[in-house]
Amino acid sequence: MAAILIYSDKTKLAFELLNAAQLIGKNTDLTIKAVSINNDEQAEELAAKGAETYKIINPELNLADTGAMASALLQTAEKLDADIVLLSSNRRGKELAGRLAQVFKAGCLTDVKSMQTENGRIECVRNVLGGATVAIQEIISDKKVIAISPKAFPAAADEVGGTINEYVVNIIPSGIKLIETRAKAGDSVDIEAAEILVVVGQGVESQESLPAIMEIAKNLGGEVACSKPVATDKKWFGEERILGLSGKICKPDLAIILGVSGQVQFTVGIRDAKTIVSINNDEKAYMNQMADYVLIADIKEVLPELQKAIG
Amino acid sequence: MNIVVAMKQIPDLQQIRIRNRKPILDDVALTFGNIDKNALEAGVQLKEATGSNLIVVSVGTEALEDTIKEALAAGADEAYLVLDDEIGDMESSSSARLIAEAIKKIDDVGIILFGEGSGDNYSGQVGSRVAAILGLPQAGYAKSININGNIATVTRSLEDCEEVLEAELPIVVSVIADINEPRIPSVTQILKAGRKPKEMLELDVTGDSMLETISNLAPEMQRKQIEIETIEKLLKVLENEGLLRR
Repeated sequence: MAAILIYSDKTKLAFELLNAAQLIGKNTDLTIKAVSINNDEQAEELAAKGAETYKIINPELNLADTGAMASALLQTAEKLDADIVLLSSNRRGKELAGRLAQVFKAGCLTDVKSMQTENGRIECVRNVLGGATVAIQEIISDKKVIAISPKAFPAAADEVGGTINEYVVNIIPSGIKLIETRAKAGDSVDIEAAEILVVVGQGVESQESLPAIMEIAKNLGGEVACSKPVATDKKWFGEERILGLSGKICKPDLAIILGVSGQVQFTVGIRDAKTIVSINNDEKAYMNQMADYVLIADIKEVLPELQKAIG
Repeated sequence: MNIVVAMKQIPDLQQIRIRNRKPILDDVALTFGNIDKNALEAGVQLKEATGSNLIVVSVGTEALEDTIKEALAAGADEAYLVLDDEIGDMESSSSARLIAEAIKKIDDVGIILFGEGSGDNYSGQVGSRVAAILGLPQAGYAKSININGNIATVTRSLEDCEEVLEAELPIVVSVIADINEPRIPSVTQILKAGRKPKEMLELDVTGDSMLETISNLAPEMQRKQIEIETIEKLLKVLENEGLLRR
């Protein structure tokens, strides 16, 4: 019977893919098969979720060699009769998606944030035009590669009946050597997990305001995020705090947005927040139209007040 | 050695207006995506470091002949273009095929650079697809690139770690915005851009369609847009909504 294949290097994301595959599988007669590469623990955890797991263990298969990984998954998909491959849309998964799609002769959609199946058709939802619009798209080629955004689906529940099958593929290296893996410099903040975000935009004119903003966020029990130019041009923060299309897409309960004009590539990262507050000295800022509460004020002047009230 | 930068012409996203939830693209100026400009700048820096020639490759509507001047002014030496007015919102698979075909016409290619994703679709497939078509090693999400002789060393940034990758040239590399700050071309460079060589390639632009777009609408957004005068009132409102845990 034809199958859906799932793979992510991250176990947490593989669980989400398993859940997504179950959604597709429910309305079709496709079976679900999970692949785990050089990760014994992941294979066992996937089996504990009820997945028919194919475990590839071969130290010559380097996760950083996207060409070799695509070839390994291609062989697996063909052997297991899978027409649909689900990958995670984290950076490694997204890079792999394009390469696999090409060798698999598949249509591919990445950054898919939700899916629905209708009469055997898989409708994928993703941001397009820099996030100005949200498209519903379908892959119409026989083979399909779908890369699903982290957290788009909850993790699959535990289930009995999982199996682990050891599996062997030919390794076809593309010539990439991994010289070193190192921890990221900067902080390991997870703005996607925060319930409250205080967001720094270019309207925050001075870096001297940052300690106050950090303190306000901390006292609110939240985190500080920023718009892209604040990180990439001004270098006030690392890229892990960037909100937007090429940064993180967050859904906090409350976002307090300081001095952001509100270009769509930014707002796509925060428009699913439950409540949005925009503090801006420009009453015409587009961000204000996207906010529930708007305070027109000079940020330098309101920060001490906010600090005092929340401190 | 030739350094290739692939760039995508996109509508200026800041000029797109929404009417009845539909994007209005008429009269919107065309430009290159921001991350594509980082890829170009990375190419210019590598060109300067290695004494190479920098070729920009792009596929797009006839307007590209004008848009490409931006890249030629910012440091590319020549352009290889595939123009066709039927090329609207081309699928990644077709763009990749055309870009790969264009690159095959260039001798002694050392490195092929992409932005991590285009400014509009941000799908991030084309670089990987081109690497697959050409059978080359690839390194995505680069924050630094060094070329020493025949070897490229790329430091790339993943969500939870950094990897230092090495490969013999040629290699396909995609870059993140963190890698550099694109330079602004001078007036002289802009004036000279029009005179730089442009190779117009006649390639078959028709390709199999693999995707179908069922709908494409702006998300419905209903925000209260209530103007509040003071911090004190703001905090009171948020507290009443149970949003502040104090």
